[in-house]
Amino acid sequence: MTARTDTMPHRGATAEPVVEITDLSVSFATDAGNVRAVDGVSLTVAAGEVLAVVGESGSGKSVTAKTLLGLLPSTATTRGAVVLSSRDGAVRSDVVALDRSALREVRGRDAAMVFQEPSTALNPVYPIGWQIIEGLRSHQKISRSDARAKAVDILRRVGIPDPERRIDHYPHQFSGGQKQRIVIAQALVLDPGVIIADEPTTALDVTVQAEILDLLRRCRDEFGAAIVLITHNMGVVADLADRVAVMYQGKIVEQAPVRDLFGAPQHEYTRSLLDAVPRIGSGGAHARARAAARPAGWAEQTPVVEAKDLEIVYPGRLRQPGFRAVDKVSLAIRPGEVVGLVGESGSGKTTIGRAIAGLTRVTGGSLQVLGLEMNGVRERALRPVRPRIGFVFQDPATSFNPLLTIAECVAEPLVVHGRARDARAARARVDELLESAQLPRSYGDRFPHELSGGQRQRASLARALALDPELLIADEPTSALDVSVQARVLELFSELQEQLGFACLFISHDLAVVDLLADRIAVLHRGRLVEEGTGEQVLGSPREEYTQRLLASLPVPDPDEQARRREAWRALA
Amino acid sequence: MTSTSTTGPLQPTGAADATATGGDATPGRKEPRTRGSGGGLGRYLLVRFLLIIPTVFILVTVVFVLMRATGDPITAAQGGRLPADQLAERIHQAGYDRPILVQYGEYLGNILQGDFGTTLSDSRPVTEVLTTFGSATLELACYALLVAFVVGIPLGLVAAYFRDRTHDALLRVFAIACYATPVFFAGLLLKLVFAVQLDWLPVSGRASTRSEIAMRQLDDPTGIYLIDAIRTGNGEVVSDVLQHAVLPAIALGLLTAGVFLRLVRTNVIGTLGSGYVDAARSRGVRESRLLRKHAYKPALIPIITVVGMQVAMLLVGAVLTETTFEWRGLGFQLSQYLQARDFVAVQGIVVLLAVIVAVTNFLVDVIAALIDPRVRY
Amino acid sequence: MATTPATTPRRGWRRLPVVHQLRQSVGLQRGMLIAGLVLTGLLVLTALIAPLLAPYGYNQLRDADGPFGAQQPPSAEHWLGTTVGGFDVLSRVIYGSRTALLVMVIAIAASLVIGVLLGLVSGYFGGWLDRVLVVAADAIYAFPSLLLAIVLAIVISGGQSSMWGGVLAAALSITVVFTPQYLRVVRAETIRIKSEAFVESARVIGASNGRIMTKHVLRNATRTLPLIITLNASEAVLTLAGLGFLGFGIEPTKAAEWGYDLNRAIADVTSGIWWTSVFPGVAIVLSVLGITLVGESLNDLADPRLRTRRASADVQGDVAATSVVPGGALTVPGGLEGLEPGTEAAR
Repeated sequence: MTARTDTMPHRGATAEPVVEITDLSVSFATDAGNVRAVDGVSLTVAAGEVLAVVGESGSGKSVTAKTLLGLLPSTATTRGAVVLSSRDGAVRSDVVALDRSALREVRGRDAAMVFQEPSTALNPVYPIGWQIIEGLRSHQKISRSDARAKAVDILRRVGIPDPERRIDHYPHQFSGGQKQRIVIAQALVLDPGVIIADEPTTALDVTVQAEILDLLRRCRDEFGAAIVLITHNMGVVADLADRVAVMYQGKIVEQAPVRDLFGAPQHEYTRSLLDAVPRIGSGGAHARARAAARPAGWAEQTPVVEAKDLEIVYPGRLRQPGFRAVDKVSLAIRPGEVVGLVGESGSGKTTIGRAIAGLTRVTGGSLQVLGLEMNGVRERALRPVRPRIGFVFQDPATSFNPLLTIAECVAEPLVVHGRARDARAARARVDELLESAQLPRSYGDRFPHELSGGQRQRASLARALALDPELLIADEPTSALDVSVQARVLELFSELQEQLGFACLFISHDLAVVDLLADRIAVLHRGRLVEEGTGEQVLGSPREEYTQRLLASLPVPDPDEQARRREAWRALA
Repeated sequence: MTSTSTTGPLQPTGAADATATGGDATPGRKEPRTRGSGGGLGRYLLVRFLLIIPTVFILVTVVFVLMRATGDPITAAQGGRLPADQLAERIHQAGYDRPILVQYGEYLGNILQGDFGTTLSDSRPVTEVLTTFGSATLELACYALLVAFVVGIPLGLVAAYFRDRTHDALLRVFAIACYATPVFFAGLLLKLVFAVQLDWLPVSGRASTRSEIAMRQLDDPTGIYLIDAIRTGNGEVVSDVLQHAVLPAIALGLLTAGVFLRLVRTNVIGTLGSGYVDAARSRGVRESRLLRKHAYKPALIPIITVVGMQVAMLLVGAVLTETTFEWRGLGFQLSQYLQARDFVAVQGIVVLLAVIVAVTNFLVDVIAALIDPRVRY
Repeated sequence: MATTPATTPRRGWRRLPVVHQLRQSVGLQRGMLIAGLVLTGLLVLTALIAPLLAPYGYNQLRDADGPFGAQQPPSAEHWLGTTVGGFDVLSRVIYGSRTALLVMVIAIAASLVIGVLLGLVSGYFGGWLDRVLVVAADAIYAFPSLLLAIVLAIVISGGQSSMWGGVLAAALSITVVFTPQYLRVVRAETIRIKSEAFVESARVIGASNGRIMTKHVLRNATRTLPLIITLNASEAVLTLAGLGFLGFGIEPTKAAEWGYDLNRAIADVTSGIWWTSVFPGVAIVLSVLGITLVGESLNDLADPRLRTRRASADVQGDVAATSVVPGGALTVPGGLEGLEPGTEAAR
């Protein structure tokens, strides 16, 4: 962290901690019986401190956060003590034991919450100002005009431009980042001792994430609020936290100041978690080695995919203008090459992948895929090309027909293209594929919901490779996975690519992931190709301003490095 | 969900939602919405208004095709009772022996001019039947809606708030019983208990003869008895009219109240579980306020849309209620024409009612749109 | 009750729609579901063995001892009395279940087949056909079902009300009114499923439209059908009764029909004769109540927002079941893979 943080006057440093959790356990009733989500957790948060609670899905971090405000559903049973102190330290209350009206008093006043999805945290049918004022008037006697003035003031301070006018607007009139600012304003206006931020940037693009992290830092510096930051993102932890608690299986396995944790992790789990985080710059050597190993004349081979001034416009309805998702993009993928396509949401990266697979119509320019022109192509002409293309989808939860077994799903391409009569006849090949994807053969008899996300994603890879395709399109294949699972899937992916030598378009929003795998990286922004080159060129010395900003916005899992990057980001902004 | 909600009295919530809120995928991947920030309110209303035309056209055509599928109304009414030559003569006079397309064209043309046909039995234009008896049906529908709102919505809120507890269980059984009881049976039971056994209220009709005479002396009777009764300035007439209205209003109102109760409960439970209610709760907003403001208003939009869909049910209920209580409205008249086998009149009234339903649905959608800020701006 | 194809083959009967939900339900929801199933079962059973249960025929006016007599109060010979026409009320109530069941079955079968087919095609292919079908479905949905039934009754039987005429009029009008509902629900599901990755993956593989529709979309799209079937069934009973009440039902000599009996009982009520109306009415209410209870419970159980779960009595339960593999991360064979969350508890 910078010196600034260290010398910051911790207002309540000598006083009582704002949050004191003692031996907290929470269990839920589910269809499968009772399940314990949090198991004997003890934590304290000092005034003005940022405590990050890190863990993967199912670790119990979000449940812990919700317990702080007594927001658990009625199926939950809580034991232990969660003591919140009011801002002035005068009132200390155990949230677990409070009755409803006392709990209401505490909510917002002593601790306020910032949610993961800003779009669902705001009521769509009321103006944002109304919602801020409502919080104020629930806690103090304040006139409407005073409350409104306070709301305008807080909106200005969280960076909503023109707050006098915007205060009367409805949530849908704001962008995602602005909505999260408003949610933070709702929390700040009540001047709570601690703000609980539950994955506050997970739903946001990386450039917006940087802005929101900056705002959260100001919440602490300017408003003096302590922050409990719930996150799975080690970069975010390095950026914001003073102290870190690592949760695993409902327990806290390690607690340490942020630099100690990143510098010298004590627990095995923490170490493996940190190792699994992809870092920018780690793929450079790999890509160089691959490039060096290429035979002469490789660069002159016919590309597997070649886009020239590719345009894709989604038609608007009723004479409204269409949405231009891809705008004059030119791009080539040569045989055996891995091209990483990076961009934020709405950049058109998924659309390009879908167009190559023939799932989205090309409306302009040229797109050659395995020698076939996709602009104006008919399904019939596409069919012979289909078996030469594989596709891995983003969401492992939906990419398998829930009514078929894994073996039947993986056999589907073999059956469709006549390589096997039915799923049973294809079983030998399916077993082989599952094994190459490092899944036990017996998993073929399971149904998709009986596999975990990572297992499903590997089965998905097996299915995509069933016909030994020349081209694989992977659309954010790891973005729905936990970081340690992601590491494993990426490794498998890389191994299979080396082994089978297919060309690949790897689509991701995560620069570090793409850097790990890709020979070349293409950066998309609002449908346009901004920059293209090797990982070292694009990420090492980006030429375009957007790429620089994107790179600077990405928090890295190293507190000191991240502090430097933050300054660089500020300079760009 | 513009005109979508596929919902019957007990609509499958999940399925209705699926049409309402498509997943928020990558921009551009989802289809652009018909209404929303892009289109604007004016455009939405225009599109919705224009949709009435095909709707009415389809309804009119369906009825026409069905009625003519097997023959003509005169044979249907008189078949077997008249000698063949007389029957043919009357069919010829009415023009039912011309090519079916010609008849269809003429029928459409007439409807465009507001002519829904003339009854066979008493030779009155169907539109006149509407103006004569429509006010009575309107009055009954208003009473029933009043009962439904007053009973259904607050009870629905209560049920949602106390979900899965005793209050909720009782209210749900009540709602289902309301739906499962045909209005005419509810009407008969009410009559049996309150009119016959207890003798508290009149058995049938809209008013006693004395009151009707008093109201007929007004210069320009509206046909809505409550208004007319008030205009006579006679307290007894007003009380008489109201007493007659109680049982039919309850019979028809309870049916609709059950639907409202369930609708409010389901939707409010949905919104109570949403992120913004949790968010408001985390700011310390009172539970009662969460229910009244945060859960209720967003739930209102789908509720109103579905309520619009209930207009058809309300009309059917009115037909049956009127028959049960001899309430001289459109429904009562319809059953009279049915008894008389006057199928031209039946066809006219059915088409007219269908048009009324289509227009009412449009108006309800407009109201729903006006409440939803996402459409307004 | 009607059942759709088993969802997951390996689970066998436990995964059959209603059975699965029964196992899943708790407390009040379970009570409602069981009550509904019992009532519905009684209805079906009564219909099947009506001749065994009923003391007399539905159109029997006299027995060995002479005519029954009209409007006789309940007695040892006629447990529920006799109607104004001199029929035995109990026998007509029992036989009425046959007519009701018949209408239900025809209406469900017809609208299910047509609606699912149209919904699948409409949702899968989209385009102008979809738009036309949706507008038509909306238009017909807005059509008051009873009025449609009246029109159909006129067409089918000229209002003359033979047994099949009355049954078909009610069943077909319900079909016409409910087909749009099946269409819409199946269409919405199809559109949702169509955009899911597993269907797109089938498209990328090159599977034909026919294969995708039957193998991937159809079976997944039938999830909400049991609920609509129950709505459809109860609406069928109510429409049949409504038709009968308007005097358009089935002649008493052709079949027993509850609504018709109620219509005949209007005048009885005014003179305080209660048994002719109360019993057929109660029969209608119980039938519809049973089916509706099943539908309500299915709806609740299908919607995670509405489902009740047991509250956990105390902090307990197996932590390992929640999230991860017991024994810590790195000791697990397969290394980090073990850190993955298990099969989701959310289902």
